[in-house]
Amino acid sequence: MIVTQHLRKCYGDFVAVDDLNLQIEPGEVVGLLGPNGAGKSTTMKMLSGFLTPTSGTASLFGKDVVHDSLAARRMLGYLPEGAPAWGEMTPEQFLHFIADIRGLQGTSRKQALDEVVAQLHLDKVWRQPIDTLSKGFKRRVGLAQAILHKPKALLLDEPTDGLDPNQKHEVRELIQQIAQDRIILISTHILEEVEALCTRAVIIARGKVLADDTPEALEQRSRYHLAVTLRLENPERYRDKLAQLPMVAEVEVHTDGLTAFPREKETPFPHIKALADKEQWPVQSLQLERGRLDEVFRAITMGERN
Amino acid sequence: MQAMKAVMRRELLSYFATPVAYVFIVIFLMLSAAFTFYLGGFYERGQADLQPFFLFHPWLYLFLIPAISMRLWAEERKSGTLELLLTLPISLKDAILGKFLAAWLFAGLALALTFPIWITVNYLGDPDNGVILAAYLGSFLMAGAYLAIGSSLSALTRNQVIAFILSVVACFGMMVTGLDMVLDFFRGWLPQGLVDAIASLSFLTHFQSISRGVVELRDVVYFLLVIGLGLYANQLIIEAKKAD
Repeated sequence: MIVTQHLRKCYGDFVAVDDLNLQIEPGEVVGLLGPNGAGKSTTMKMLSGFLTPTSGTASLFGKDVVHDSLAARRMLGYLPEGAPAWGEMTPEQFLHFIADIRGLQGTSRKQALDEVVAQLHLDKVWRQPIDTLSKGFKRRVGLAQAILHKPKALLLDEPTDGLDPNQKHEVRELIQQIAQDRIILISTHILEEVEALCTRAVIIARGKVLADDTPEALEQRSRYHLAVTLRLENPERYRDKLAQLPMVAEVEVHTDGLTAFPREKETPFPHIKALADKEQWPVQSLQLERGRLDEVFRAITMGERN
Repeated sequence: MQAMKAVMRRELLSYFATPVAYVFIVIFLMLSAAFTFYLGGFYERGQADLQPFFLFHPWLYLFLIPAISMRLWAEERKSGTLELLLTLPISLKDAILGKFLAAWLFAGLALALTFPIWITVNYLGDPDNGVILAAYLGSFLMAGAYLAIGSSLSALTRNQVIAFILSVVACFGMMVTGLDMVLDFFRGWLPQGLVDAIASLSFLTHFQSISRGVVELRDVVYFLLVIGLGLYANQLIIEAKKAD
């Protein structure tokens, strides 16, 4: 369990994290979302024991990250931003070093190493200096380092940042594989990642928590939630008919279609479908919107600014 | 302890994974030989001792030791591995000690590889090997003191060139306080007691007395104290400047 209470970090006059209260249970995959400079990395750095909070407390499974730092760090796997590693070492040397520091010995050590090599497909680059590896492999080596000792809590600071779509997909699959019974906290500004991975999303900006909910619940806050999008040619022609439906509050016209927003908490989907069928509109697709996380994210983080 | 050893091993490994170690050792051996034979007049003196060899060590170290120490922390800062290292389950003290001991062992290895000159002097004459051993010990301790100062200054910056220059200047300061030239400047207006105090802060004063074969406790304690203080400063600097 990760618990933070009134966690705060200032750099001089600048408040990076302000009164952060979080409680994360095992089994949760939490996405820490926020624009750049929101305090995501600073939060990660305090939880990992790298930075000392200005005030407030944070603990991992009851171990305070400041006063019982070593005990807390033993239970933790941490991938810092950019997955730093000593470039002159090979993954073999690097992971053996991590195993040494983590006190892994004998068969459990061998097993742990074999496991991460298989999980992250490191066998091909096992004896190549990390400096010479591609970005994707460097990231995998960083992840291997973080999960080698099967930590109860895993902090990943922007784990897919700068990777190509295939590599992103791989890293996400891997995170899903290792998620059971653990705490995983991922900081990111990529919203699709939260939809794909997380059971919970915490949105922060300027160091404050602005929203803390499941991705689905956040989507429901979107104005697109339960809206209906039609794709057809010359959308302008159908606008008025659509707007006249009693369930429709507003209609937005795009280049290749229309979106009708609901008036109440009930979707106008059946009515629109009935209308389109009756009038024989050349509809290419008719879609019920779940809500758009990027729009919620913008509304929450920008709303705070104004 | 386990973790400290792991850091030390990793550090040593990284010296030899790159050409740094080999370049350093070759240059160190070439320069120390050149100083001994040309500037020190090893043959011309006609004496079977290693005075001309050890005489130049403080000056040799002035430039070569900061070349080892400059990367100790500056490089970790620059590559972001500082954050990785300090979030592993190892105390800051152990991390500092592990890295320092690796650098010290490496400097010791370079020093040990000067053994042909010891063989030479034993072949040519009949030197007092006790004195030579004491001088080697003194030189090794002095290298540790230079390294500790360099290590703490390396923690100040992410730029190795700046770390190098700061270390050279600081070590130069620690040396020249023992030169008569500098002490004469103070003699005019400071009481003798204070002048002696300044002189006793110098690497030169303590190294010279050990290298003459007199291993006095206070000289050994002096170097160990400089190492201890340097590494303590190292810890304070890292703690204060983690976020940079």
